[in-house]
Amino acid sequence: MISTEGRGLVLDEKLLFEQSQPGRVGYSLPTLDVPAVTPEKQLLRDDIKGFPELSEVDVVRHYTRLSTWNYGVDSGFYPLGSCTMKYNPKVNEAAARLPGFAEIHPQTPEALNQGALELMYNLQRDLGEVSGFPAITLQPAAGAQGEFVGMLTIRAWHEAKGQKRHKVIIPDTAHGTNPASAALCGYEVITVASEGVLSKAAVAELMDDDVAALMVTNPNTLGLFESDIREICDLVHERGGLVYSDGANLNALMGISRPGDIGIDVMHFNLHKTFSTPHGGGGPGAGPVGVVEKLEPFLPKPVVIKENDAYKLDYDRPESIGRVKSFYGHFGVLVRAYSYILSMGGNGLKRATEMAVLNANYIRARLEDEYDLPYKQRSLHEVVFSEAALANNCHTLDVAKRLIDYGYHPPTIYFPLVVHGALMIEPTETESKQMIDEFCDALLAIAEEAKKQPEKLKMAPVRAKVKRLDEATAARKPKLIWEKD
Amino acid sequence: MRYLPHTDVEVQQMLDCIGVSSMEDLFSGIPENCRLQKPLDLPAALSESEVMSQLKVLAEQNSKISDWDAFLGGGAYNHFIPTVVDHLVSRSEFYTAYTPYQPEISQGTLQAIFEFQTMICQLTGMDVANASMYDGASACAEAVLLTVRAGKKRRKVLLSEALNPQYRETVATYCRYLDVELVDIPFQNGVTDQSALAACLDDQVASVVVGYPNYFGQVEDIAAIAEMAQNAGARLVTAVSEPLALALFKAPGEMGADVVVGEGQSFGIPVSYGGPGIGFFAVKKKDMRVLPGRLVGETVDLEGRRGFVLTLATREQHIRREKATSNICSNQGMCTLMVGIYLALHGKQGLRQLAEINYAKAAYAKAQIGRLEGYDIAFSGEGFNEFVVICPEPVADLKRRLEQDGILAGIALGRDFPSLERGLLVCVTEQNSREQIDRLVSALAGGEV
Repeated sequence: MISTEGRGLVLDEKLLFEQSQPGRVGYSLPTLDVPAVTPEKQLLRDDIKGFPELSEVDVVRHYTRLSTWNYGVDSGFYPLGSCTMKYNPKVNEAAARLPGFAEIHPQTPEALNQGALELMYNLQRDLGEVSGFPAITLQPAAGAQGEFVGMLTIRAWHEAKGQKRHKVIIPDTAHGTNPASAALCGYEVITVASEGVLSKAAVAELMDDDVAALMVTNPNTLGLFESDIREICDLVHERGGLVYSDGANLNALMGISRPGDIGIDVMHFNLHKTFSTPHGGGGPGAGPVGVVEKLEPFLPKPVVIKENDAYKLDYDRPESIGRVKSFYGHFGVLVRAYSYILSMGGNGLKRATEMAVLNANYIRARLEDEYDLPYKQRSLHEVVFSEAALANNCHTLDVAKRLIDYGYHPPTIYFPLVVHGALMIEPTETESKQMIDEFCDALLAIAEEAKKQPEKLKMAPVRAKVKRLDEATAARKPKLIWEKD
Repeated sequence: MRYLPHTDVEVQQMLDCIGVSSMEDLFSGIPENCRLQKPLDLPAALSESEVMSQLKVLAEQNSKISDWDAFLGGGAYNHFIPTVVDHLVSRSEFYTAYTPYQPEISQGTLQAIFEFQTMICQLTGMDVANASMYDGASACAEAVLLTVRAGKKRRKVLLSEALNPQYRETVATYCRYLDVELVDIPFQNGVTDQSALAACLDDQVASVVVGYPNYFGQVEDIAAIAEMAQNAGARLVTAVSEPLALALFKAPGEMGADVVVGEGQSFGIPVSYGGPGIGFFAVKKKDMRVLPGRLVGETVDLEGRRGFVLTLATREQHIRREKATSNICSNQGMCTLMVGIYLALHGKQGLRQLAEINYAKAAYAKAQIGRLEGYDIAFSGEGFNEFVVICPEPVADLKRRLEQDGILAGIALGRDFPSLERGLLVCVTEQNSREQIDRLVSALAGGEV
């Protein structure tokens, strides 16, 4: 059933600071069992101006109400392209909260935390099996940090060989993080145009002795497998370069194709995409990196190794690029991903990939008569439409906002940049045929509305807590914190 | 499989609609020479009960801090987490949402971040805070990059050797290929040596980075260091790994710091073997537009209602690509929420009182250990939660000896600080009872525990 009907109770909620009452408390502290002492007076601060004073009930109601204004995967369909918003299994949450995981201190001697190290070791092994890479670091905190680590590793390898190379080739379909990560490693970014997929000829034209690496995403952000990837990898390798692959879209490949087998030298994983850990309203994610053998010595330290049946953290890595964060990675996220792999098994991961690709192709089949499909090659886990077929000067933004009124989270919009007004839809494998059908019905209904009642799109959303927000003023006159009038 | 809803009949209907005859056809875009020719060598799927049993076996091989008399800090702190925090962050409207790109259906996340930004500014004494970074160490590295960006041609950064060594290593990794010269400033009596600092300050220095409190728990003289740095045209970055100290000691912003970064794990986030935590990042107004990371701002909707959006995105990678202020494209969403809830519960009075309890407990432990024959407290300055003990025996031996008594005595400093070969970094929080502290003291003395 598609519908823009229904009622909900959406109540306003003041900011914490506006509810504050002097003297109100929401905490209880243990009795001081040692003599009370305070530091020298001139070092002390005054009270924290503006800080809230609330009861426990105030705080609980506040955040509960805020949660009702949010839309998550548990609220409904969330087809954000390139973000892989699959269901976040609840057993993973329970696993990460086991006291033997949540309450262990990173400075405890390794011999006393063998279970945690074993889990990390096993996860390194499993990610290696899925990707085809012999060495994995779990340290990077997120995909972008994984890219940074991967590119640093590439640079360290070149430098160890006495090679100074300054450029990295990146296709125009890439995520913005790719060029930003390459720049953070001191590289100059050379953009290569792609026509859906990257051609060997286009890479050959740019590839020279000053190019350290080619950075691709496979399948790319159009959902297309880079069909010449093997030949392109060979070409880059012949001229002394390495190939980095952004693993954002690994959900299309599990059990089907392994980046490590086809010439890719480095890839980062997004555990919060492919391996079902929650996106958390922006994080924390985790961005492990897999590399081929020759790059292993350069990975961040420490890494988890097994020696004489004991697990340990290896710091003795003279060629390592160093560390990119405190301690050993987002351990709580690693537990969730490991729990997911145990739950799915090898066959389950492959089945997940197949169903994700099936769902995306089904959406494509159901919508391609109404929505313009600029790239017609066989796509995998996501499908990208343009706004070209929309009637009455309606735009992608209008379609996205109208979808909210139908009860769905909009797809990724205006990305990739090579598609004009892109609507990038990635359903993932955890959505049923019924859900996908209802979503497609809604998009078809919106296309009809664009023809007959375009104002319904232009005014949307009308059913959310707020209507369209004035983002221009927010940027022109930034108000980034609450201040007492 | 319980997460995959497709029935065989539905799969067939969908394939028919697509117009292909088999699943295999959907992958025809992948050339044969790129195909995996064997099944993944991973164990078969387990039921939920089997998954939990396996994970419990692993979890039980670890040492929960609550089973020990633990005096471990060094960048991760054992504080009590009120029950409310986990209850609220378990609401899946929060944790199953993405970054709030669609503000109309993300007002919960956005308002919570706006409140978080505000509380970080109130606590640090700064003007603008972002929506958070990965952790304290990477926030510190991003702060260094900010000062180099903002410092025009200045390429030198002075790092206090009393700064958390993991932060120093992370800064070094981030700067590895960026033509930034890192210079170490030694410490004297546990705090940054001001005369050594003065000798290194010149017109090439973009910033000075010090801990507050520093790795030894010592409270640095931020006002003096800020003045020295700024007189040389450099910025002062203050890195805080135990932010509870800011409820008691003067805010770095108030004393002139240009950038305040730190780790927020102390505020309601489980230690969880060192991650995830949360990096906070705050600047003065002058640096607002060179700030890395996500920012939430207040605005109005078409009908004039207050609402919140992600803003000042033109600094960011999805727009600026290689010219962005950072490659970061997330924040620690769930962890900002934990911190927000924790701070809201404790509020103005609670946070201060908790800091006072922590201060008094550490002071008590420090005094008791200082009286022991053979043990010295390394530094005489004012500190918070952590302090360095110089031990009469090799620290590794001492730690092992105390483990036998159920005590995790602290962190051996020798590896990171050769001059403190017999140094033990002891951390005391409100979670350590007087009995625990007394047992530690007695065990150090070699007596009955």
